[in-house]
Amino acid sequence: MNERHAISILVDNQAGVLSRVVGLFSGRGFNIESLSVAPTLDPTKSKMVITTTGNEQVLEQIKKQLNKLINVIKVVDFVDKDYVEREMILVKVKAKEQTRAEVLRISDIFRARVVDVSPVSYTLALTGDQGKLRAFIELLTPMGIIDFVRTGTIVMEREMQSRKRSDQ
Amino acid sequence: MKKITGAQAFIEALRCEGVKHVFGYPGGAVLDIFDVIMDAHDIMFVLTRHEQGAVHAADGYARASGKVGVALVTSGPGATNTVTGIATAFMDSIPVVVFSGQVSTSLIGNDAFQEADTVGITRPCTKHNYLVKDVEDLPRIIKEAFYIASTGRPGPVLVDIPKDVMRGLVQFRYPEKVHLEGYCPTYRGHRGQIKRILSTILKSRHPVIYAGGGVILSNASAELTRLARLLNIPVTTTLMGLGGFPADDPLWLGMLGMHGTYAANMAVTETDCLIAIGARFDDRVTGKVDEFAPRARIIHIDIDPTSISKNVQVHLPVVGDCGNVMRDMLEELSGMEREIEDLKRTVRPWIERLEEWKRDKPLRYDKGTGIKPQYVIEKIRELAPEDAIISTEVGQNQMWAAQYYKFNAPRLFLTSGGLGTMGYGFPAAIGAQVAFPGRTVIDIAGDGSIQMNIQELATAVQYRLPVKVMIINNGYLGMVRQWQSLFYKGRYSHTSMAVSPDFVKLAEAYGAHGIRVEDPGDVEDAVRKALSMEGCVFVDFKVEPEEDVYPMVPAGAPINNMLLV
Repeated sequence: MNERHAISILVDNQAGVLSRVVGLFSGRGFNIESLSVAPTLDPTKSKMVITTTGNEQVLEQIKKQLNKLINVIKVVDFVDKDYVEREMILVKVKAKEQTRAEVLRISDIFRARVVDVSPVSYTLALTGDQGKLRAFIELLTPMGIIDFVRTGTIVMEREMQSRKRSDQ
Repeated sequence: MKKITGAQAFIEALRCEGVKHVFGYPGGAVLDIFDVIMDAHDIMFVLTRHEQGAVHAADGYARASGKVGVALVTSGPGATNTVTGIATAFMDSIPVVVFSGQVSTSLIGNDAFQEADTVGITRPCTKHNYLVKDVEDLPRIIKEAFYIASTGRPGPVLVDIPKDVMRGLVQFRYPEKVHLEGYCPTYRGHRGQIKRILSTILKSRHPVIYAGGGVILSNASAELTRLARLLNIPVTTTLMGLGGFPADDPLWLGMLGMHGTYAANMAVTETDCLIAIGARFDDRVTGKVDEFAPRARIIHIDIDPTSISKNVQVHLPVVGDCGNVMRDMLEELSGMEREIEDLKRTVRPWIERLEEWKRDKPLRYDKGTGIKPQYVIEKIRELAPEDAIISTEVGQNQMWAAQYYKFNAPRLFLTSGGLGTMGYGFPAAIGAQVAFPGRTVIDIAGDGSIQMNIQELATAVQYRLPVKVMIINNGYLGMVRQWQSLFYKGRYSHTSMAVSPDFVKLAEAYGAHGIRVEDPGDVEDAVRKALSMEGCVFVDFKVEPEEDVYPMVPAGAPINNMLLV
């Protein structure tokens, strides 16, 4: 029953707003799986994307509560929408003599980019959805991952879908 | 235009909001404002003896008058002491604006003297809060604070003002309008939905109205009364809704819930159409949620969308101000005389059944040898003027007041419903008395609760506020003792208040009056005397120590499962 939800929240770009938003999740014992926040084209506003998993009814309540926050302008849950999502990872992989070529080959297949090289490691950057990133990491793990960092998910509704909706 | 200081701008803003009374307590970080307030003779400042008392007083002032209550405190401990008061107002949706001093912006985050992260601490218990970082923003923020506190579903707003902001200079210009893109409460109910709920009501056979504090907050008691009488639908209210419908009306069932009347709880269990108006299905009302109003189509009218289907799944919601929605309902009904007559005919057997329940299982208590708490409340009701304002503490005193003091009008009953704050009643009564100096204000207290804010005796005496405190003194934390007696095998762990001050002497020590009553025969005279005396009076009623509140629904049980006397 517990589906993964990506929720985008348009907020005033002010100190403390993130705490208000996050407080609604943590206050109910909900874990935020990923979070991304940055100003929109209008610098007085920010867009947050939060991904979380949880009981439908509790999430419904959280969304209502989000809407109730004075600094929240708009809340969109993407769960029933057709959308594109992207995350980005930076991963530093061991580059031993026997594995150097293999790392590059995997990187090529996934269209990752090498952003830093040292005699003992490669640092790779890759964007994609969760599935692609998971597969990439699985393949790199045997090579020895030295460091790993990942952004939150960002999402956008597919245009064809929104057109259809507005036609109806 | 001449520039003024932030502190002066603060006072100007209060004037623009029409504020006449401020409750509070000074301290280092708010000295600049206090220096200005000394000369602001058009604003009465009431010095409470504890910041919690200041916020409760502002809250009581707001509940009794319908205006926004204002409190002003210093940074650090001053601000943290307000938290219980703010949370109390938050749970009951009371419009209060709390201003707290803060250390200078350059010191924030440095563990400065009397520094606390007030905005962080109060974030989950305010409707909104602000840290003012620039004196230029101060007028706009104060405007927004009053607007947010008093509109939509009301609630407390805190404004934290650093000392350097108070001292900074600003060209004072008070905005006429607020611009808040993310805040636009829905006041008008959806007309189509209103038609649908009316058709459901008109087709029902056993309808009942369950009204809450929202009816009082939106000043909609008259509409509720008209609607119920027009359709002949019986009414029960929550604790917060008492006075929203006249208790002397034949359609009145009494309060529902854990200590609700038999008739009200049975009506809600049997109804086929539950009309919830400005109520939030609190657990003290619903008991076991799965068995709450099991046969009913549930209609819910509320201004707050988050209240809808939060605890109980609602079939027909209407988001809007309940006064507006009921006015629209009455308008729609104006052409429907025939349907109304049909409904009245259909509900007749239902009303008769409710009458029977009311007659057979009324609120009752056994007459004992000592003073019965319920009897004290009945005597107060009998002898106090019709427009007397009653506040309560929390526990048995509160429930007996709710059951036995029959409220006929709104804004006469001030009680901490949601948070259940012991120590609320006395300062709230002080606030109400400040709002209405000429009216009788009574705090129905317990011997435990009254000691939680008893320091406010000094406030009552200083400002000659003739609050009457009726202490239902049973020598216990009575409600907790009652639970221990019923559900913890009578093991009275730390609920004895055997060691308490002599309340008569204590009142006198503060310069107030005290009366002790130990004999049931003296109750009436004592109440009469207290009400006629000038100044603040404590009446110490030594009641039967182990009297319990009935009916009672055990926690987690369905509400038709009542323990009766």
